[in-house]
This record gives sequence, C-alpha cells and structure tokens, in this order.
Amino acid sequence: MSTNGAQLSVRLALLALVAVLVQIAAVSQVSVFGATPDLAPLIVVAAGMLAGPVAGALMGFSMGLFIDFALLQTLGVSSLVLVVVGHFAGRLRETVRDPDATLLPLAAGAAGSAVALVVFSIMQFLLGVESPVSLELIRQILSTVLINTLLALPVYALVRRILAPSLGDRGRDKRGRRGRRPSPISPLIQP
Amino acid sequence: MYDRKTVRRRRAVLGLLVAASLILVTASFGDGLRSIERGALEVLGPIQEGASNILKPVRDAAGWVGDTLDAKGDVEDLRSERDRLNRELIAERGATQENARLRRLLGMDQRLGLDQQGLVEARVYGRSPTAWYATVTVNKGTKDGVREGDPVINGAGLVGRVRIASGSSAQVLLITDADSGVPSKINESGASGIVETAVGDPNDLRLNFLGRGDDASRGQSVVTAGSTSPRYPSFFPEGIPIGRITEVDEDEGTVHVRPFADLRRLDYVQIVTDPAT
Repeated sequence: MSTNGAQLSVRLALLALVAVLVQIAAVSQVSVFGATPDLAPLIVVAAGMLAGPVAGALMGFSMGLFIDFALLQTLGVSSLVLVVVGHFAGRLRETVRDPDATLLPLAAGAAGSAVALVVFSIMQFLLGVESPVSLELIRQILSTVLINTLLALPVYALVRRILAPSLGDRGRDKRGRRGRRPSPISPLIQP
Repeated sequence: MYDRKTVRRRRAVLGLLVAASLILVTASFGDGLRSIERGALEVLGPIQEGASNILKPVRDAAGWVGDTLDAKGDVEDLRSERDRLNRELIAERGATQENARLRRLLGMDQRLGLDQQGLVEARVYGRSPTAWYATVTVNKGTKDGVREGDPVINGAGLVGRVRIASGSSAQVLLITDADSGVPSKINESGASGIVETAVGDPNDLRLNFLGRGDDASRGQSVVTAGSTSPRYPSFFPEGIPIGRITEVDEDEGTVHVRPFADLRRLDYVQIVTDPAT
C-alpha cells in the first residue's frame, strides 16, 4: 500500500470512529420536528465520492459495524446498508458528467440518506417485527432525509477537508480554482 | 474507463463486505452474542461517556434549536391539553383527597414506595439514532448494583428496563422499543393488559390484550400491574405510572396511550435496583 493509501486509511478510520461517537453521544439526542439527524450515511457518501467505491464500501462497513457494536443492535444490518451506500456514492462520482458540480454532494447526501433509511427499515421487516409499525415512521424517515439534506454540503466540505491531504488532486476544490482564474476569453486578460 | 482488473477488484470487495454483513446478521440471532455485547458495552461505554461529556455544549445548543422549532408546533396541543386537564383536575380533586386518606389507611404508600427499593440515579450518554431501536445507554452498571431486567423510571413515569448491564454501563430498553412489553392496568378500572409500542411513534403506546367488555376511556391513566401470576413474573413493581389513554379505537380494539415520560429527551433516569414485583 502506498503512503498516501495508508494515510487515507488512517484518516478514514479516525473519521469513522469520531463520527460514530459524535452521532451517539450528541446528534442522536437532538430532535428536530420529532426526527433525529443521521450523520452516518452523509459521511459514507462523502467518503465514497472523494475516495472511490472501494474506500466508500470499506468506510460504510466499518462505520456500520461500529454503530451496531456501540448500540448493541443486530450486528451487520447497518454495515450492509452503508456498504451499498458507500459503493454507489463512489460510482456516482465516476459516472456523472460534472463530478465537481456544487449540488452533487447535496443530491448524493439526500439520496444516500433516503436509501440508507428505507433499506434499513426493509431489513428490519425482513428480520421480523413483532410490534405494529406506525405510519409516523414514514414521517420520521422523510424528516430525517430533509434534515440530512440540509447537512449534506457542510458534512461533505468537512470530510473533504479531513481527507484532502491524502487525496492528491481529487481532494482539491477545482471549482474554487476555476472561479479565481479569469477565463482565456476574458476581457481582463491583456494580449 | 477502468480496466477489467479494477472492476473485478471492486466487485470482489463489495461482494466480500456484503457477505460479511450477512454472516454477522445471521450470527446475531439468539443470545450467542450476549457476552460480546457486554464486552462491547464495557469497552465502549467509558469512551462514549467521555465523548458525551465533551459534546454536552454542542448537544445543548443543537437541542435548544430543535426544542424551539418543535415548541411552535406543540403550543396548540398543549393549550388544549391544559384546558382538558383543568377540567379533570376540578372533577378529580375530591376523589384525590379521598384516595390519599384511603392509601394512608391501607399503608399503600409504603408498599409502593419506590424510594425504599434502591434507586440508582444514572446519566444518559448514548442513544440510538433510528426509530427501530429505542434504547439509551447510561453510566451505571453492575458495580452500582444494577442488574439486567431492573425497571427504569424518571420523574414523570416508567422509562423502560435494563437490557444489558456491564461493570460501569447499562443499556436501557425503552418502553417504545419493539421488544418491550409491560404488564399494565388501567388505574381507574383495574382492567389489565400489556403496553406495547407501535414502531416509529414514541408518543403512541398501545394497551393490548384487554378483556372483552373491560372499561377503557380517554383520559384514564395506565400504571404497571406488577406480577399478576407467579408463573409470569413481571420486571416492574405495581403502580408505576406509564401514561394516559388518548384514544380508544373500538373498531380495531386498540387503546392508545401517550407516555408520561418524554422518551425523546432523557438526561437522567433512575434505576430501581431492588424492585418488589
């Protein structure tokens, strides 16, 4: 493994650890409109988009496993959901026409959160639920997706900042660079 | 764009991780992983508690914003609730005085006195973000006399019971978790049933298994029933308030109960370490 690869792995592992602790100890205890923000899909989406599908899937697996262990939930459910989210977030960046589009992390964060919450619920149904399920659950999922959408851009920016030193060119804000440099046909450029 | 080797490697990693997750899901069934769960609680508990202490200012600030947004929607509900409670209060004042007199006579205060059953105050430092798992983690464990199954209360009423306890931490299964079931009775009529949850709505418990013709109506309060039979001992002592009946659906045969305790905002709870069930 190259130095950059090793450095990236360490950064991803530390990010996963800190993010899960922040989620459990602080974010989960904040309720907005009866719903709780869920940082895990946002961070996995950001990691996948910045570091690629393999890193995204590995990040999803380790974060999910840590969440399930820390909260004593059914092991493997969160991992399975977040592995898929991380992989497809990485693939998304490779398939879109403009991977540096401003709103791409926002759309990816919203879609990743929706997929994670819906697939998690489907998994719970498949594993068997003895209690009735309230329709309120749908409202909670929608509220969480909405809150996560609002948080998607700041979380993406934060993850990029943390991973940037290990990402080389991929971690740089190309939009910013383009914005500062005048276009070749700009009247500001003197021949 | 990518060579076949890269694509194959990616697919192999994805397949491996999905397979590992499915193996973990399968292994999680049953009580085989109970000791691993206790170990995880023992190791991760202090780390989570430390993180919770450090992040308290952030949590408080974010909680204030969330509370403010929520409060706007709650004002109308609370006004109508206040008016209804005022009417009930006037009607029940006389009955309360009589009840207090009778309770003194019967010595029930002592029998229900939870203060004599070993209360351990614990701080909540972790909670699950998903509606599917209604659990919180607290900073007291077996070293403080906490045992698995001990009831957990707060100032308002029943909160849940201890699911897993390690040396210095414990996980509490809230009454809004899908795995929770509390033997209960309607305080006014004595009709007994089991309080269960409807996943996704922490403000709507269901009182199930009431007998045919049992009296249940809006506004009545629901309390724990204690152990009604030696064959089916309850975790919970008799008389802990659970909630108030908000709706009786005759068609579905469902009694909806709103819990007294605000289970979405729990900072401190009390664990009844020596419950007289």
